[in-house]
Amino acid sequence: MERRIGVYVCHCGSNIAGTVDVEKVTEFAKGLDSVVVARNYKYVCSDPGQNLIKEDIKQLGLNRVVVASCSPLMHEPTFRRACLDAGLNPYLFEMANIREHCSWVHEDSAMATEKAKALVSAAVRRVYYHEPLETKEVPFNSNVLVVGGGIAGIQAALEIADSQHQVYLVERDPSIGGHMAMFDKTFPTLDCAACILTPKMTTVGQHPYIRLMSYSEVEDVSGYIGNFKVKIKRKARYVDEAKCTGCGRCEELCPINVLSEFEHGIGKRKAIYKPFAQAVPNKVVIDPQNCSHLKGLKGGKDVCRLCQKGMEKKGIPGCEAGAIDFGQEDKTVEVEVGSIIVATGFQQFDPSVMYPYGYGRYDNVITGLQFERMSNASGPTRGEVLLADGRKPESIAILHCVGSRDENYHRYCSRVCCMYSLKYSHLLREKVPQASVYQLYIDMRCPGSGYEEFYERLQEEGVNFVRGRAGEVTNIAEKPEEEGKLMVVCEDTLVRRKRRIPVDMVILSCALEPRADAERVARIFSLGRKADGFFMEKHPKLDPVATMTDGVFIVGCCQGPKDIPDTVAQASAAAARALAMISTGKVEIEAAIAVVNEELCSGCKTCVPLCPYSAISFDEEKKVSRINEALCKGCGTCVAACPSGAITGRHFTTEQIVAEIEGLLV
Amino acid sequence: MKYYAYYPGCSAEATGAGLGVSALAIAKPLDMELIELEDWTCCGTTAYGSLDESEAIVVAARNLALAEKTGLHLVTPCSNCFLTLSKANERLKEQPKLMAQVNEALAVANLEYHGSVRVRHLTEVLVKDIGLEVISTKVKRPLNGLKVAPYYGCQLVRPDYGFDDPEFPHSLDRLVESFGATVVPFPLKSHCCGGSLIISEEDLALDLMRKLLANAVGNGAECIVTPCPLCQTNLDAYRGRVNSKFKTNYDLPVLFVTQLMGVAFGIDGKDLGLKTNIVPAGKVLANYI
Repeated sequence: MERRIGVYVCHCGSNIAGTVDVEKVTEFAKGLDSVVVARNYKYVCSDPGQNLIKEDIKQLGLNRVVVASCSPLMHEPTFRRACLDAGLNPYLFEMANIREHCSWVHEDSAMATEKAKALVSAAVRRVYYHEPLETKEVPFNSNVLVVGGGIAGIQAALEIADSQHQVYLVERDPSIGGHMAMFDKTFPTLDCAACILTPKMTTVGQHPYIRLMSYSEVEDVSGYIGNFKVKIKRKARYVDEAKCTGCGRCEELCPINVLSEFEHGIGKRKAIYKPFAQAVPNKVVIDPQNCSHLKGLKGGKDVCRLCQKGMEKKGIPGCEAGAIDFGQEDKTVEVEVGSIIVATGFQQFDPSVMYPYGYGRYDNVITGLQFERMSNASGPTRGEVLLADGRKPESIAILHCVGSRDENYHRYCSRVCCMYSLKYSHLLREKVPQASVYQLYIDMRCPGSGYEEFYERLQEEGVNFVRGRAGEVTNIAEKPEEEGKLMVVCEDTLVRRKRRIPVDMVILSCALEPRADAERVARIFSLGRKADGFFMEKHPKLDPVATMTDGVFIVGCCQGPKDIPDTVAQASAAAARALAMISTGKVEIEAAIAVVNEELCSGCKTCVPLCPYSAISFDEEKKVSRINEALCKGCGTCVAACPSGAITGRHFTTEQIVAEIEGLLV
Repeated sequence: MKYYAYYPGCSAEATGAGLGVSALAIAKPLDMELIELEDWTCCGTTAYGSLDESEAIVVAARNLALAEKTGLHLVTPCSNCFLTLSKANERLKEQPKLMAQVNEALAVANLEYHGSVRVRHLTEVLVKDIGLEVISTKVKRPLNGLKVAPYYGCQLVRPDYGFDDPEFPHSLDRLVESFGATVVPFPLKSHCCGGSLIISEEDLALDLMRKLLANAVGNGAECIVTPCPLCQTNLDAYRGRVNSKFKTNYDLPVLFVTQLMGVAFGIDGKDLGLKTNIVPAGKVLANYI
């Protein structure tokens, strides 16, 4: 068939026309093989610009279109749609990027114009060989998997479940609630964290459309957008969830005391335990590392079992519901979902690696989360702020940016520490009003609704703000009045003097960092990670909850440090995105994918393990490779690797690429 | 046998003579050959660099060019030489323009530097190349019961060379333990000794030394051990002035780590330069010599 190509050169205001001589490029394009028409226009992406293309397709019978403008990431969908509107298959369109790749990066106008010509020539040669392609649609499973039961996961799960779609909420710990359940108050409103969180937790536990799988972990995800298959490991709880009433009798009977993870090491729990009073589900779990019976079983011994049997001699019965099941084993369940929301959160930076701050060496140097638990009325001190020896502190220093804004650990700002440090100061002024409170900061970062006002309020409450990063915390006294104190050594950069501030307690405002197993989680869900280690969004500004894997969303602190309002907003956004896909009921699959020519395939299986999307399977009967159209992203790895040349990348055929290169070189 | 180009530096031949002697003495049983760099000159020192950095780099580069000819790693027992030579080496590798200028100057002496030398501190070589296990097998008189405060000073670990934690170093602790000695907690182990401030800011420097001595003694140390000749000289030679200024009576010996290693290896005190130290170590080491 005769090729009739139209070329449209965009000025992009002065973005392109300021550097590239668009008239010359247009004239050049007119002389290219098979080009029927070439025009230039101020903004080709505008409605009148698109209409130019549509009219030419109809009037001049164009069957190929080239637009020389910006990056295809910006407007390829726009122009493909314009072609489609005019009755032309959208894959018969090609874009030459003469803005990001040319006008924006060059200063010499003449040279830039020559380069733009070469780029247009390449696009014209390439589009000559384009083939019409058809996109396919597959049905979309309306079930949603939410991974992580912190506030992000809870919010996303509730939004989706409330619209009567099935949610599987998977939480690694025995209870949902995440970090927010550990907090005392929330900034800047000072709402009690539990008061606003626990109603949501209870709703999750009782929701007819949420299947809560606590103490479980996602092990494997296969499939593709609209049709994922998920394997979930349900860890042995050694307690029958259906029978346990959460009465807590077993906890009283258990003789084993260990440090509680939930209390961050400043409180104890039993070997059979519920992490905290408002846990959801309201069920206990046995910790096999510490339970004497489970440890004894390995050696063939039957010991303890007090939780099950009770103390017969004293007439105290054990579990009356008969819920304890020492024979329980890990189980794997499989569910099918159409979309996945990853809300796996963060972990607190471990400050013990920062030797000068003395965490782990001095009893009264504690982390932010330890302070949250201490300040919380349901915590180990019943909300009293106490030193390790039980005294009340007379002075407290809060050190900002521990592990954040520090090139040795994390360069980024953790965003919430200034605000939670202010909250700590407020709680301290309230709980130990006679004590002096110092905040050592680099600069105060309080952007957010009511945040700056909260900072001002704290200044009025009599907190000592010292601008300077602490260099060291030491118990080595240099003067008699320093004996028995912790000395915070810093440079007060406002008065330009080195200071030694004697305090009784130091609270380290630690960074929020990616969880230790972020790499494994990223692999399971095919997520990218940013330089700082957090999961990567599809676009940092315009697509902040989607990821490069279609149908998988990231919300909350697994994407980067953020406060509760931002986390909740992201969770709702991802829920809306999932619901939007559910409501269309189907999903369109990219047409530019790889296809195997079964006649040529030798069955060597070279391609199978190379595919980063696990899209290639092997047909054992026919001894050929098969590519799953829904999984293939058209990356071309298999095309390049196939020793028989049996795989073709649609829309990136050898013919097309060679023509493009020739066009550049002419 | 492992071979190294050896750069003693001026201190190891003068104020810190014990360092130079003991470094060579312990090399033998460890199968190390420290081949003294022929015609070596001043490293450029930190003081020179503060006045004229490029001149100081030329001074250092002269030694680097000499070392490059040997094809060996350049090893120095002195923390100050280590810092100065490393700094010059890194700058030259990173900045081709500077390298060209420096080579212009070196050409006068028929020398040229290409940036291929690896500058190393003797402590790092002992810990990494020789290894603690090998060192412990050479110990003939284990220093069981000897309480030691290992003192790193600033230049051995800062800036971060990737050898040890710059804020909480531990390599020297492990090295001392491999002699059988007991390491006492020493929180100030990488704090400043005052360096050459003892000349210009005596009060300040003496106070810094007092803190170090107090911290070591307070934690039960019987001696301080350091690889750095500046630290050793300050804590050893100025202890008397600290005592008279602050009415204290610190009298613990300050040894080079190579001296203590030599004692553990059973090397005669004379061959370790123990007599060159000002505070006598005889009493503390009586059980081991």
